[in-house]
Amino acid sequence: MLVDQQQIVQALWETIVMVGVSLLFSFLIGLVLGVLLVVTRKGHLWENKVVFTILNAGINIFRSIPFIILMVAVIPFTRLVVGTSIGTAAAIVPMILFAGPYIARLIENSLLEVDPGVMEAAQAMGATPWQIMIRFLLPEALSSLLLGITIATIGLVGASAMAGAVGGGGLGDLAITYGYQRFDTVVMFLTVGILIIMVQGLQSIGNYLSKRVRRR
Amino acid sequence: MITFDHVTKVYEGKDLPVKALDDVDLQVEEGEIYGVIGFSGAGKSSLIRCVNLLERPTSGKVMVDGNDLLSLSAKELRDAKRDIGMIFQHFNLLNSKTVYTNVAMPLLVAKGAKEEVKKRVMDLLTFVGLEDKANSYPEQLSGGQKQRVGIARALATKPKVLLCDEATSALDPETTKAILQLLKQVNQEYGVTILMITHEMNAIREICDKVAVLDKGKIVEAGSVFDVFSKPKTAVTAKFVRSVMHDTIPDSVYSLLNNQTACRHIYRIVFVGNSAGKPLLSQIAKTYAVNVNILFGNITELQGVPLGNLIVQFSGDEKEIKRAMMYIHQQKITVKEVLANVS
Ligand SMILES: Nc1ncnc2c1ncn2[C@@H]1O[C@H](COP(=O)(O)OP(=O)(O)OP(=O)(O)O)[C@@H](O)[C@H]1O
Ligand SMILES: [Mg+2]
Repeated sequence: MLVDQQQIVQALWETIVMVGVSLLFSFLIGLVLGVLLVVTRKGHLWENKVVFTILNAGINIFRSIPFIILMVAVIPFTRLVVGTSIGTAAAIVPMILFAGPYIARLIENSLLEVDPGVMEAAQAMGATPWQIMIRFLLPEALSSLLLGITIATIGLVGASAMAGAVGGGGLGDLAITYGYQRFDTVVMFLTVGILIIMVQGLQSIGNYLSKRVRRR
Repeated sequence: MITFDHVTKVYEGKDLPVKALDDVDLQVEEGEIYGVIGFSGAGKSSLIRCVNLLERPTSGKVMVDGNDLLSLSAKELRDAKRDIGMIFQHFNLLNSKTVYTNVAMPLLVAKGAKEEVKKRVMDLLTFVGLEDKANSYPEQLSGGQKQRVGIARALATKPKVLLCDEATSALDPETTKAILQLLKQVNQEYGVTILMITHEMNAIREICDKVAVLDKGKIVEAGSVFDVFSKPKTAVTAKFVRSVMHDTIPDSVYSLLNNQTACRHIYRIVFVGNSAGKPLLSQIAKTYAVNVNILFGNITELQGVPLGNLIVQFSGDEKEIKRAMMYIHQQKITVKEVLANVS
């Protein structure tokens, strides 16, 4: 094996940072966009055809670009934001642009799944649009939303490995530099093994949390 | 308390616009339980949703407790809605919240003080008989219990009006009865005016003071439950009456009759109120030389007044039968000859 334990721990940490930070930001972006996608549609709390059409189209455009291309395409932007186009911090920028619109769709979906009767009851008791969103729709959507976030997180783990291919650091970087380019099969299997465990763990946590808030 | 003034509601559909309400006038007095009955698609939901503007009328005016709701600003309208509770066919509870939080919701929305909210919610849960379920989740409750939570929630802000949109249609007959009794109790103990819509005649008969029959967006009959249903003027109303009072001769009896060659004198006799308690038929049999054959009988109750329905066959001398008929007419009892196997 061409790498020591230290390097593996370092790579794992980089992956966790990349996924964690990009998840945080893409969640915030996704939440705002997802909520806007729902409330601006026809007959909803804040019907607005212009906002809805622009958001809907914009998100579709971002969602149709493969991550590997997105990463290269936004290099100038990345440089503008973090000052460099290589390294962990640089990988986080395209990861946010990749996951943000995705999470927006997942949140939109979860909110639309909520029984329309709930909103009706909220309106009948004189709740403001803000209260309807915060007190009624989001709590009712939470269980399904957590499952969506889990899927997005796992997607980000995959994206972080790809980012490794262009010098982003993390487990993907390790696997490519040593496992692929220097034919170190042990490193290859090790990184894949760690990624599998990570994904399994994330899915279990997501399932558990979703079930807890569902109360069925 | 609730007034509909020439209310029309048109839905602009994809193809043709649908006129769900057509120039509806309706007046619900304070303290009444007012039922609106109609078949599916008659416009019942549209009607009740126009009261708290879940649906805005296309034209016309809706007044609740002296307020013209359509003229209010968004904020004023939200405040006005605290005086209008609503319960739904499918309960519309928050599955992610406990029974307690569900009932507290209207108060939390209105930013009530925590201690007051707690007291009010516990009082309400006791009133609907669910004080031990405060920490349960809706998923753990039966349909009847869920509707009790819905009722408690609707009453949280002490509304003057309660709107019931098919509140018992998803429940079995026993539970329906219990929920209807609870609504009656709400009306009597809290003095809440109730407007309920339903397609079930039983719900109307059980608790309503007045009823309006809605057909294709128009109110075709309205008045006290007894008046409307004891003398239905339209075919729609008659159909609803028949749903609780079967008044056709059973086929088996009818075929028996058809075999008889004798002259058939079959009459429907409708007894109302006091007359239902009189021994009319035995008097006839004793006084006149006629035989009375009862083919079908049914008695039901509307607002505590009995309403009976008998189909009888008289046989004997033609003259005697005529005299017997005259006697019945003198008693101010409705009697009609039945010719075919239709009511
Ligand atoms: N949001 C809507 N958009 C278009 N048409 C509608 C809408 N809501 C109701 N309608 C139409 O208006 C008419 C009356 O509907 P409504 O729901 O008021 O009837 P209903 O008496 O409550 O029927 P049901 O007993 O089936 O609930 C129907 O023809 C229906 O298709
Ligand atoms: Mg309806």
